[in-house]
Amino acid sequence: MSEAVTPPVEHAHPGPAEYIKVAVFLAVVTGIEVGIYYLKGARSVLAPALILLSIVKFSMVGLYFMHLKFDTHLFRRVFILGIVLALIVYAVALVTLLNYH
Amino acid sequence: MATALAEGGIMRRPSAKSGIGSWLTTADHKRVGILYGYTAFFFFLIGGLEALLIRAQLARPNGHVLTANEYNQLFTMHGLTMIFLVVMPLSAALFNYFVPIMIGARDVAFPRLNAFSFWVFLSGGLFLYSSFIFGGAPNGGWFGYAPLTTLQYSPGHGLTFYALGLQMLGIASIASAANFVTTILNLRAPGMTLMRMPVFVWMTLVTSLLLLFAMPVIAVALFQLTFDRLWHSTFYNAVAGGDPLLWQHLFWLFGHPEVYILILPAMGIVSEVLPVFSRKPLFGYSAVVFSGIFIGFMGWGVWAHHMFTVGLGPYANSAFAVSTMFIAVPTGVKIFNWTATLWRGAIRFRTPLLFAVGMVAMFVIGGLSGVTHSLVPSDYEQHDTYYIVAHFHYVLFGGALFGLFAGFYYWFPKVTGRLMNEKIGKLHFWLMLIGFNVTFFPMHLLGLMGQPRRTYIYNANMGWGGYNLTETIGSFLIAFSMLVFIFNWVKSKRSGTIAGPDPWDARTLEWSIPSPPPEHNFDEIPIVKARDDFWHKKYAEDPAGRPVPVPVGAAEATAEGVHDDSEGGAHKIHMPSPSYWPLVAALGLPFLGWGLVFGMLPIIGLGILLMLGGFYGWVFEPLAS
Amino acid sequence: MAVETEAHAEEHATSLGIDNRKLAIWAFLGSECMFFGALIATYLLFHTHLNNGPGPRDVYNIPFTSVSSFVLLMSSLTMVLALAAIQKGDERGLRVWLLATAFLGMTFISGQVYEFTEFFKEGLTLKTSPFGSAFFMLTGFHGAHVTIGILMLLSLFQLSRMGKVPPSDSLKVELVGLYWHFVDVVWIVIFTVVYLIPAAKK
Repeated sequence: MSEAVTPPVEHAHPGPAEYIKVAVFLAVVTGIEVGIYYLKGARSVLAPALILLSIVKFSMVGLYFMHLKFDTHLFRRVFILGIVLALIVYAVALVTLLNYH
Repeated sequence: MATALAEGGIMRRPSAKSGIGSWLTTADHKRVGILYGYTAFFFFLIGGLEALLIRAQLARPNGHVLTANEYNQLFTMHGLTMIFLVVMPLSAALFNYFVPIMIGARDVAFPRLNAFSFWVFLSGGLFLYSSFIFGGAPNGGWFGYAPLTTLQYSPGHGLTFYALGLQMLGIASIASAANFVTTILNLRAPGMTLMRMPVFVWMTLVTSLLLLFAMPVIAVALFQLTFDRLWHSTFYNAVAGGDPLLWQHLFWLFGHPEVYILILPAMGIVSEVLPVFSRKPLFGYSAVVFSGIFIGFMGWGVWAHHMFTVGLGPYANSAFAVSTMFIAVPTGVKIFNWTATLWRGAIRFRTPLLFAVGMVAMFVIGGLSGVTHSLVPSDYEQHDTYYIVAHFHYVLFGGALFGLFAGFYYWFPKVTGRLMNEKIGKLHFWLMLIGFNVTFFPMHLLGLMGQPRRTYIYNANMGWGGYNLTETIGSFLIAFSMLVFIFNWVKSKRSGTIAGPDPWDARTLEWSIPSPPPEHNFDEIPIVKARDDFWHKKYAEDPAGRPVPVPVGAAEATAEGVHDDSEGGAHKIHMPSPSYWPLVAALGLPFLGWGLVFGMLPIIGLGILLMLGGFYGWVFEPLAS
Repeated sequence: MAVETEAHAEEHATSLGIDNRKLAIWAFLGSECMFFGALIATYLLFHTHLNNGPGPRDVYNIPFTSVSSFVLLMSSLTMVLALAAIQKGDERGLRVWLLATAFLGMTFISGQVYEFTEFFKEGLTLKTSPFGSAFFMLTGFHGAHVTIGILMLLSLFQLSRMGKVPPSDSLKVELVGLYWHFVDVVWIVIFTVVYLIPAAKK
């Protein structure tokens, strides 16, 4: 079946040093998250800030540890399709549910 | 082919090629497809009997055939059976058998996972039906609205069987969906680009993606119901602050994509059958494909039209009304394309074509009545009346089942090597078409006259008796047509005319190999150069665009050529070995279910042990070579 | 489960030039997004429905959960180091990091067991309120996923000891890793959406 094969679209995965850097970054962000939580003055921006940081963490794990940055874009698309679909339909459902009461 | 490794000891792989053992351990996609087909047809007969009982009860006002509770159990089980145990697995049967062949592959991506899907489906179906023995079947409708289905309002075990049984069927669906997405994207023969794939394969892909994303939603709702029933959580307990509306959202978030899961495969079949029997390519291939994909997407944006009467408010209702009207557009595109395919074709009215045309016609009626309840005020009138029952039987019976029957008649010669009897086939078609319309058309009228669904008796003064009696007569006509079909099937399988590889002069790859296909499907993986590749190997075009047969010998890949060297060519092909473990793992689920229903820890333990043991054996068994 | 298949990946190149198993596991993870999405949506709907029972602010122990979140986050590092080891041909390294990952996973699960018992003592159970039901179901299903992940890690460890995870077959490790990281990212969302934000709300 080799004739129709498109060339593999995977690039080399990073090595341990880069993984450790990512992990240190993740640890620091987690620290910041907990810090924000205890910060008395930050109540008004707490939710958006925490959500932003969790998106950063989510993306770092996805891009580096799950290799989405290096592997074929198909994987990214399937995964993002699931995430976006979930966000949209559950947001709509929640809005109608919360407005109902 | 594979011989089991002698040194494998207890982990040795089974090697039987015939007899019951070979069916229990098979991982061949064609055999799994046949298992799906017969099992689902068996459930179809049961679901049909349930329908006949329902119709017998409703034949006269104040009927005495069934009690209210029996009636509730029967209409619930009829719906669950026809959706989850008939239409979905019948589609799965055809996916299994034909999708790998149509894309030029020798099997699905994960043969053992495929077998596992089947066994889980069978286990789930039997588990659901075991409720009749263990104190009563589910009686809350296929939609199982909580809190009506919580323990407080529906005591007994029936709805626990519902929640756990559907959960099992969901597992089977997700496993098979992941398998088919992978197979279709990754196992295509050289040159089989996405836009050269048969429409049936496209619709399988869309259906699989829908299953993949819709099944987890109902899984969560069913877990919540299970927890409420078994361990008194409070998701749907309004007194404690639970929210009944949550069930409706989760259920229909799954339920509406599910509708397209049921109909898209039939649309795919019709898109295969119409071109073959009008001897023309499908009109507007890309439009048909893209409208299918679009339906798949839009199917996620219309769920609340099942909830118009809940009182979601004018904004939500209007938005979902508009999206619902909009989804009729891609469906209409398909209808026009099918019609245009027939237009000026050299039509041969064989049984598959009759069923395909029947599907298109009946689906149009069902689709139009569907558009009428996208209008919110109109839906308020129709909601929970027989008008709705008429609508969804026109799309699911008139649409999905007629399409599936078109597929059976079309592909029967490929699977069995023999043709179905045409005369009996046509008799079957006309009986079924007439019976279907006599049964379901009056339901429109009864619905508009106000007869409510799910009500086991009606008063004689309502003036509904005549139509109801007509419907009951129609339903027995359908039942009779099924006897004709079974007779035809048995007779043709035994003594039908030998079909040869390509009895319909068809267009897609499955007709390029012998009937029935050898275990490895293709001696040599075909190289695909065009859409409808097999047709182009058989025919060239004259300047006027009419097909001209390619002289014999010019194309070495015609079907007859395959026969001669099949032994030699097949020798070195590695095929997946049979395995016990999918069956073992799947058998754990019903035990787990019974254990949970009756709170018996040893049975739960047995179920988990079977599953873990099955998976352990699965992972550690040798790859026979 | 998906550790070993008959996908003939070595024999035939695939249409997209990617491995069947990897494609399938990504499809499965896409599906899991819908699963956890529904659980999280239910929690968001119900986290204020307390039925006179304790609420998020009453029961959550943020320092404790922060530590267990950190443990799970670091298990993703050890997982990816296991993969890096086998890709370099270091089978012993693979086994060490697999065990480390499983150990961190078990630490997380023990933390969850402790947390659940504390909540029971403070009067929050599955039956107390929709909040309790939604909380226990969401975190419980996450815990079940971690547990299945631990079983997969230990099976992989066993396979490696039998010599069945040669460097040429590092994909097995990658597949289990994808699942493991997914479970981790779900917890990243849960930590923020379920714990931090509701606990901080007045």
